[in-house]
Amino acid sequence: MKIKEIADLLNGKIIGDINYETESDNAFASDLMSDVLRLTTPCAMLITGLCNMQTIRTAEMADIKVIILARGKIADEEMIEQASVNDIIIIETGYSLFKVSGILYNYGVQPIY
Amino acid sequence: MHYTFDIEEGNFTNAGQASGNIKKTLKQLNVNPASIKRIVVALYEAEINAVAHAYGGKIDVDIDSDKITMVVADRGPGIPNIDLAMTEGYSTASKEVREMGFGAGMGLPNIKSNTDQLDIQTQLGVGTTITMTVFF
Repeated sequence: MKIKEIADLLNGKIIGDINYETESDNAFASDLMSDVLRLTTPCAMLITGLCNMQTIRTAEMADIKVIILARGKIADEEMIEQASVNDIIIIETGYSLFKVSGILYNYGVQPIY
Repeated sequence: MHYTFDIEEGNFTNAGQASGNIKKTLKQLNVNPASIKRIVVALYEAEINAVAHAYGGKIDVDIDSDKITMVVADRGPGIPNIDLAMTEGYSTASKEVREMGFGAGMGLPNIKSNTDQLDIQTQLGVGTTITMTVFF
């Protein structure tokens, strides 16, 4: 699924200068970064309500290219800069983690496990 | 190649800088992506541990043609019971650490599963030195 489609489904805002053709077909939802770092399967998207520098760092280390910030969380400038340097796309949405996960699952985004 | 990084106690904003730098270097060296991920996840967890639990420290990284050796040495307080610390789910992390998305007792187990060799030397009141090796 394309980033633009994902953002539209989530009534979300895409942060930064990104390639709208980027595709993301699987996701993992967690506020616990150590659980994200445990993933052995490649993961395209992280859905989280955790909004700080370590969210971006974790995505960087885990090769995750899209972060969906749920529950109305807003990335600060430092996070946006760090994401940009590492080609990580941020989507901000007011929806809950459960709602984001449900919508994306319904549209064919696969769970990691 | 040798690299050194300082770890500042409690500075969560900078935690991950060393791992990020090493990741870029390994990519430039064309190390395979699966190995890079294991290496940076282990180093990142060790960085977070040192920032979260210790009074600062130092990271030394040596990259050879077939392996990377990462030594994270902190200045205390040391780990009272390593077996317990290696147990999934056991944590002594503060509320602040948990708010950063860590502190669920997965750090050392994650480090172990992402390294080929792991050595932990600790002395109460002195510090902990974690030596991690990953072969490419």
